Amino acid sequence: MSRIKTNLTNFKKYRFLLYELVKKNIKLKYRRSYLGILWTLIEPLLTMIVLSVVFGVFFNKGDKQWPVYILTGRLLYSFFSSGTKTALRSVSGSASMIKKVYVPKYMYVISNIISNFIIFLISLIILVIVAAVLDVQPTIYLLGAIVPLIILFFITSGVGMILATLNVFFRDIDYIWQVVSMLISYTCAIFYPTERLLKSGYAFVLDFNPVYMCIANFRNTVLYGKPLDMQYVLVSSIIGVVVLLVGIVLFYKKQDKFILYL
Amino acid sequence: MKKKEVTVKVTDVGMRFNLSQEKVDNLKEYIIKRITNQLRFNEFWALRDINFEIHKGERLGVLGLNGSGKSTLLKIVSGVLKPTNGTVMTKGKVAPLLELGAGFTPEYTGRENIYLYGAMLGYPKELLDERFDEIVDFSELGEFIDVPIKNYSSGMKARLGFSVATIVEPDILILDEVLSVGDKKFKRKSERKVMNMFDKGVTVLFVSHSLEQVMRICDKAIILDGGHIVAKGNVEKVAKIYRNMTE
Repeated sequence: MSRIKTNLTNFKKYRFLLYELVKKNIKLKYRRSYLGILWTLIEPLLTMIVLSVVFGVFFNKGDKQWPVYILTGRLLYSFFSSGTKTALRSVSGSASMIKKVYVPKYMYVISNIISNFIIFLISLIILVIVAAVLDVQPTIYLLGAIVPLIILFFITSGVGMILATLNVFFRDIDYIWQVVSMLISYTCAIFYPTERLLKSGYAFVLDFNPVYMCIANFRNTVLYGKPLDMQYVLVSSIIGVVVLLVGIVLFYKKQDKFILYL
Repeated sequence: MKKKEVTVKVTDVGMRFNLSQEKVDNLKEYIIKRITNQLRFNEFWALRDINFEIHKGERLGVLGLNGSGKSTLLKIVSGVLKPTNGTVMTKGKVAPLLELGAGFTPEYTGRENIYLYGAMLGYPKELLDERFDEIVDFSELGEFIDVPIKNYSSGMKARLGFSVATIVEPDILILDEVLSVGDKKFKRKSERKVMNMFDKGVTVLFVSHSLEQVMRICDKAIILDGGHIVAKGNVEKVAKIYRNMTE
């Protein structure tokens, strides 16, 4: 109990640092590019166009709202993917600071997740625009969209903690994760209709993929005007909580050893 | 004689490092060695059974040759390194003046780094806002404050680091031969600032292998050798032992 309390006062002391680190991540990401933060909007828009054209031809999609389907999947997946990727490198990449100044080390991980989440939230503007142009009607269920986003935030934080810890001890994790996250992207139904997979007999991969569940629920509320799929909410939030707990425990158990391996 | 309050208390501190012959930092090697049971570590105690306390206003010098565990001790007291066993208690604000500017981000300008580095040292925003001009003045960076740090010379970086780190009056000051920062003029200025803190009764932990420096600054001293404390007490007494040791 007292440990939680000291952690809390410590967090309060370094609140300003968290803010500064988040600001740094966002600022440096777009520094020295002419369009700057506008890239958070342009980049998903461009990939959406490419993917819609390519896979629209593939799957023979005449559906007018097909680009929204792709954009929703892409936005959520890229938050997960860039969030975990930067978190993975956050501790090993801050070696020079960790060795010299005492700072609660989870700050490095959390600041990366938060800055990616903020970039993601900004990029939702492009979703609003595209949805309006393609005539997607908002419904009352839109309010539910917050639920999969929160769950995805937890999942990403948990996975980020685990990867950041492992990467200190084994630098291979970086490369392994590149392959794994590619695999996850293919099983998220970002650029193909879910029915294709259901028909193929490999539908089970979707039932094991919490990131897909968040994407599906986000589409339900945003694109289809449907309520949340409660089974997906339940399963993905359980996975999210478990992953986060594992991440926190692992990180706390190993953090004193980080400095010896950096 | 009334004892003053203890501000630093180091109890039974030991620090063990695992020096593996080859550093295993990839998964393949780790698994192979784990299976074939070749995962051997050479245990090495950088520090063992370290006990000392510093009272408020005392200035303790830590003497020792290279590799005697001085830097490790400093890192433990400043909280960067967690000891394998034993505890360290510090009371009040600790300001480690070690490798100044290590927390700087190269792509960031001096101005941005003041806030980021200040935040790393645990300062609140209001304090940095309030003292910002003072930091810039003291560092003598002038218009360079809006230039990215990566274009700074090492002296400029050290000056900025010193200026940020000394903006608050700490209760405990940890020094690693840091009094020599920048050019001669700045050196004198920074020394004066540190001396000022001494006068105000700051507790000091000073690490050096230079006996003259320790004798000039400290009133007490310990000698580390091979990770053990071999002598402690008044600085004159310890200096004599150290002189015998090194000659």
